[in-house]
Amino acid sequence: MLNSYDIMETIKMIEEEHLDIRTITMGISLRDCCGEDIGRVADKIYEKITRTAANLVRVGEELEAEYGIPIIHKRVSVTPIALLADACTSADVTVLARALDRAAEAVGINFIGGYSALVHKGMTRGDKNLIDSIAEALSETKCVCSSVNVATTRAGINMDAVARMGEIVKDAAYRTRESDSIACAKLVVFANATEDNPFMAGAFHGVGEGESVINVGVSGPGVVQKAIRRAGDCDLAQLAETVKRTAFKITRMGQLAAREASRRLGVPFGIVDLSLAPTPAVGDSVAHILEEMGLESVGAHGTTAALALLNDAVKKGGVMAAAHVGGLSGAFIPVSEDAGMIDAVRNGALSLEKLEAMTAVCSVGLDMIAIPGDTSAEVISGIIADEISIGVVNNKTTAVRVIPAYGKSVGDEVEYGGLLGSAPVMPVNTNSPLKFISRKGRIPAPIHSQKN
Amino acid sequence: MRAVITVVGKDTVGIIAEVSQILKTHKINILDITQSILDDLFVMVMLTDISSTTLQLPALTEAMNTLGEQLGLKIHVMHEDVFNSMHRV
Repeated sequence: MLNSYDIMETIKMIEEEHLDIRTITMGISLRDCCGEDIGRVADKIYEKITRTAANLVRVGEELEAEYGIPIIHKRVSVTPIALLADACTSADVTVLARALDRAAEAVGINFIGGYSALVHKGMTRGDKNLIDSIAEALSETKCVCSSVNVATTRAGINMDAVARMGEIVKDAAYRTRESDSIACAKLVVFANATEDNPFMAGAFHGVGEGESVINVGVSGPGVVQKAIRRAGDCDLAQLAETVKRTAFKITRMGQLAAREASRRLGVPFGIVDLSLAPTPAVGDSVAHILEEMGLESVGAHGTTAALALLNDAVKKGGVMAAAHVGGLSGAFIPVSEDAGMIDAVRNGALSLEKLEAMTAVCSVGLDMIAIPGDTSAEVISGIIADEISIGVVNNKTTAVRVIPAYGKSVGDEVEYGGLLGSAPVMPVNTNSPLKFISRKGRIPAPIHSQKN
Repeated sequence: MRAVITVVGKDTVGIIAEVSQILKTHKINILDITQSILDDLFVMVMLTDISSTTLQLPALTEAMNTLGEQLGLKIHVMHEDVFNSMHRV
């Protein structure tokens, strides 16, 4: 017989501590959909996604019912669309975004990722066409998510792309000015983007992936917070041990769901991504984990150290629990999606500069941060360049998802509702980096990229 | 296939009888049962064999949820694999 303490612990994690499978994401290769006629390509994309992911939502719901584990999202990621845009004679690739949107709606998912370009070293014609279309595509579709990889540790930083993305973010904000610039919530600028990330908005099906794959993202900040509370006044090694053990259990559940989903859908299992992904719900906050460790508020000096411990312990616990751990695995620190982060910003305890420091040790980057609508494109490019260089030099994934909320200034809030939450507009250093950004070209890869 | 049923709530007469009645109706065998009372809180964990029932697990969950609501208890039905994967290395 199973230990009844263990059983009750699991029930409690799900019932009271928001343990869930955050997403089952099916990666689908669209490489066989390319062609010159963009209308034909759009049809092929729609057909392939609706055929391959036809049973995704149904299987997700079956697993949820049979195993008693909440599975919040079922999603799809696809081959970076820029690769298909290369072959199309038409320069207007928004047709493909609309095809993705229709396919997402047809299979019953809320987000589809992969309206993406990988331009860390340079841009092809397709990359350029795709990037030029991002603002329009995101403002005219509901489910499509976009990402652009502008740097890798091996290639350095493509500053042409960084400069351009500042303008794209501004344009996306303007085009959705009636809805708090929501298009920016669906756009991520990456360094060292991962090919198997199941989380939105940055998910895409990498070029090294197979025909299709099942990646599962597990979450559970509430579970970790409660475990730390139960551990009491222990020292930091014991605290790390507590996080590791908890992360292990959470990941095992993800592995179970991933294995079953893979079997039932007849699609190979890719990875489990163990990310502490907060939601605005009470008891589902990464900020509260850090505060449970002993900080008066997230943002206090000591926050970066606490986050470093957390991020590392989560990875260590997760690695042993799953056959393949991948994606972003670690702790996310979005602002609008985390009740504790929102409070800390409102109270003045958490600044953009502190968030940037935290991204050096978290699993991703500056995420879901509202900034004044009049922030210039070059300042946004400066924010991107800083964040991306942290990723490049530290050999990790970093990302920027900022929202220059049109017409809003510090003190205002953006309100999206649901998982995207709400965010106070944060002040930004407005000194201009224009001359630096305008130099363009590439920042060379760091010395430790020379590993061969 | 085996399922774990947990019941948590205020202790009243006949909880086990009510749960067992549903299991009997659907030909579900009880393999093991542990029960304790902590500060008036009734906690029961039951391991059941659901291989001979025609009832699908979601339907059993639904039946137990309804009973839980009637008795003012929280009843969970979960696949045994969830616990095995989480708590066994």
